[in-house]
Amino acid sequence: MARIDLDHIRHSYLSNPQRDEDYALKEVHHSFADGGAYALLGPSGCGKTSLLNIISGLVAPSRGRVLFGGEDVTDLSTERRNIAQVFQFPVIYDTMTVFDNLAFPLRNRGVAEADVKRRVTETLEIIGLADWAHRRARRLTADQKQKISLGRGLVRHDVNAILFDEPLTVIDPHMKWVLRSQLKELHKRFGYTMVYVTHDQTEALTFAQTVVVMFEGAVVQIGTPAELFERPSHTFVGYFIGSPGMNVIPVDLDGATARLGSQVITLPGAASPSPGARIELGVRPEYVRVGREGMPIRVLTVEDIGRHRIVRGTLEGSDIAAIVPEHHELPSEPRVQFDPKGINIYANSWRQSLGA
Amino acid sequence: MLELRNINKQSGAEKHLSDISLRLERGTLNVLLGPTLSGKTSLMRIMAGLDRPTSGTIHVDGVDVTGVSPQKRDVAMVFQQFINYPSMTVYENIASPMRVARADRKSIDDAVQRAAALMKLTPYLDRMPLNLSGGQQQRTALARAIVKNAGLVLLDEPLANLDYKLREELRAELPRIFAESGTIFVYATTEPSEALLLGGNTATLAQGHVTQFGPTIDVFRSPVDLVTARTFADPPLNTISADKTGNTFVLESGVGIPAVDAIADGIYTIGFQPHHLSLTPSGAEAVALRTVVAALEITGSESFVHLRFVGADWIMLTPGVQDFAVGQEIEVFLDPRLLLVFDGTGRAVGQTPALAA
Amino acid sequence: MDKTWNNNAWFLVLPVLVLVAFSAIIPLMTVVNYSVQDTFGNNEFFWAGLDWFEDTLHSERFWAALWRNLLFSAIILAIQIPLGIFIALNMPKRGWGVPVCLVLMALPLLIPWNVVGTIWQVFGRVDIGLLGRTLAAMGIDYNYVQDPLDAWITVVVMDVWHWTSLVVLLCYAGLASIPDAYYQAARIDGASRWSVFRFIQLPKMQRVLLIAVLLRFMDSFMIYTEPFVVTGGGPGNETTFLSIDLVKMAIGQFDVGPAAAMSLIYFLIVLLLSWVFYTVMTNYGQGDER
Repeated sequence: MARIDLDHIRHSYLSNPQRDEDYALKEVHHSFADGGAYALLGPSGCGKTSLLNIISGLVAPSRGRVLFGGEDVTDLSTERRNIAQVFQFPVIYDTMTVFDNLAFPLRNRGVAEADVKRRVTETLEIIGLADWAHRRARRLTADQKQKISLGRGLVRHDVNAILFDEPLTVIDPHMKWVLRSQLKELHKRFGYTMVYVTHDQTEALTFAQTVVVMFEGAVVQIGTPAELFERPSHTFVGYFIGSPGMNVIPVDLDGATARLGSQVITLPGAASPSPGARIELGVRPEYVRVGREGMPIRVLTVEDIGRHRIVRGTLEGSDIAAIVPEHHELPSEPRVQFDPKGINIYANSWRQSLGA
Repeated sequence: MLELRNINKQSGAEKHLSDISLRLERGTLNVLLGPTLSGKTSLMRIMAGLDRPTSGTIHVDGVDVTGVSPQKRDVAMVFQQFINYPSMTVYENIASPMRVARADRKSIDDAVQRAAALMKLTPYLDRMPLNLSGGQQQRTALARAIVKNAGLVLLDEPLANLDYKLREELRAELPRIFAESGTIFVYATTEPSEALLLGGNTATLAQGHVTQFGPTIDVFRSPVDLVTARTFADPPLNTISADKTGNTFVLESGVGIPAVDAIADGIYTIGFQPHHLSLTPSGAEAVALRTVVAALEITGSESFVHLRFVGADWIMLTPGVQDFAVGQEIEVFLDPRLLLVFDGTGRAVGQTPALAA
Repeated sequence: MDKTWNNNAWFLVLPVLVLVAFSAIIPLMTVVNYSVQDTFGNNEFFWAGLDWFEDTLHSERFWAALWRNLLFSAIILAIQIPLGIFIALNMPKRGWGVPVCLVLMALPLLIPWNVVGTIWQVFGRVDIGLLGRTLAAMGIDYNYVQDPLDAWITVVVMDVWHWTSLVVLLCYAGLASIPDAYYQAARIDGASRWSVFRFIQLPKMQRVLLIAVLLRFMDSFMIYTEPFVVTGGGPGNETTFLSIDLVKMAIGQFDVGPAAAMSLIYFLIVLLLSWVFYTVMTNYGQGDER
């Protein structure tokens, strides 16, 4: 295990990048603590997979250095970096048995056969495939194959980090729950440094202690799941995390109040953005209270999704979504209030701190 | 109206579909929900006419169309993989069904522009599909299905390969677009949450059987059997075996849960959704259960708490960020009015949970 | 596999069925017919029973030719399959080199058999051929007309030159279908170049290799045109393969009956060996499935 430092990493797939737009990855400078569980979250094309491949050494960054435990590994090949990686589609060696699949990385490194047997047996126990050891790997289900991919990493005790590239893409929903909690357990038990790339917010938030949100090649926010939910630093984070995403409503600011059409909303504090900036109020649907009090809304649709309902409507001409609990009654002339602790103010899409 | 009567599909020793009968009305959205290999794709291929059922018949508006080739049926299909004509522009891809139908230039252009606008493809009409992102490629395939204006539109996990957020947006758009045209819309998915967001009707599939068909929210709230309840639950349904004696379900741990319905004494499986477990009692009748925290997953707004209870592993979905240590013992509450009760054969017994109005 | 059904489709297949009937089934039946009869010309035939088959199986000439065929096919497979795989592995995977290599590889396949024969026949001649003259100038005693070994080498080299491309193209297609993640995973697992070949590339090429082996076996076992053009079966009978012998017998000596019997035996051998290859290769690696 080791701490991973990304020292001013930039990457371009062009041979001679000139402008900022030429970079698929714009200046990432971040450290992954030893034994931490991290997620890189963002839409496709945001650079998250490039960043993962730079860590694993499959891609060499155009600028910057990668350090494992303080040691510069930028020029080291993948095999010498001692990392494990689980890919989107399960990679298994078809012609080998489950046992031999797991033994493969050890035998390649010249580990004595007695040790191989002991460690593979141990690992098979951990991933729950002990009964399958002598089956051929090709006939297994997708989730079993993905466990083998993971097992080939776990079997090596000296790995610096385990990297995941959207590993649950081909797994059925029910199996996802099982695999996810097993991953969590592994992390707890063995304290591997884990970096998990995904576009799925649920996977990222539930897996990681720290989530790195990426957008168009840049990191927009790094934080705990709660921070990303409560205080998105950019409207993109507000939109990308949460289902439905955060309501972002253009408002006029007046000290500690915001004006929205004929409505006045009291803010938890005063913001002082630079003059002329585009001001928006962000509030998550979870913090929009629907009832008989507050600002009148026009309801367009109510979606009952089982454990709660999503009310979509317009407030002073702006689209707004609210989440209403399962057994909560909807009045005929609904009004909404914003929970003050859920209100964020954005100037040109970046979050403003609200002073007293 | 599309009607399937006693459809069976077998290839070799493997039975893919068992005795499926369904009636799908015009202008409805129908979700086929089930895990991989439950028979969704086999059923869709039979609806499309790509495969012939081993036995059973398919009727469109009362006319038997079993054995009619897909070309002669009024059907459009979109697959999980993005399938477009690689050598044609996006415009020509979208226009292709109308070119086949020999529509005139003006009406083709109108239809293509309209579908492209709906799918937000207008800026890409001159591009080649392979130069587009996955989402744009799949929107091209969807636009082609819209332009075809078919009476039956089959979507086989169309959003599975797309980004989470993009999926969310398209999922909201799709029912609206197709509802306007009065087609029969069939949508296959493995994800219960997707079925709930789409609404309409849902048929749950398990191992080649349709276990239940009805309005989506009703199937979710009142599953007819345990298989349906399990298929239609994400996070997974919590279950535990219970011995009913008198007015009480007695669990293995000795805890008793009041039985709401009058049913015979015996062994039952009781099930409940993860959000029906709570940290505070929801009412006077709520039953306290002592459980051990096995794992914790926090989404920022909610926490999934994996629990161990005597004889069962459960998940509790509870609002807010909960900070429990793994191995910690906590007390959780269950409202007996929200229980689903299944008998020894897995059939649901008793009434629908009282509060699920 | 499921297929769309439509009874009209049979009409589409009909022309092919007719063609196959005329080109394969009817000639085959004619051959069967000839093989059990004797004739002295004038269209008079006598019943001969299985005599011709017995004669053929006891003929030294037949066994010698069959032996030469088996040896030739074995040499061809032993050279072309590994060489084809080797070239395919070393071809560029992307960039401008891909089309260039593919065209170069396809070139020999575009040349008709008899032209290939003629090219090599002239190429190897000691009096005027470039190869023949060069070898002679280097002091190597090479003459495919007189020396059996030289004749064999010439025919084998010619076939390798002509047909290895087919194996290359098939293998290249098989390799191209392997996702990058496999190579990346193998690097992370610390696999050697040989392990990557043995555990990723070879298993993924299994299907195309089966096709390549079958095609190359059948084709080499039925070789006719090239040796006929270059060596005419000589020197002596050293390069007289079954097909050449067959033609000599049927056309040259007009022994229709024995030739028919021989061609049927020939046909059955090809069928049998192809089946053996097919079974062995499709079952490979699946034997110890539980």
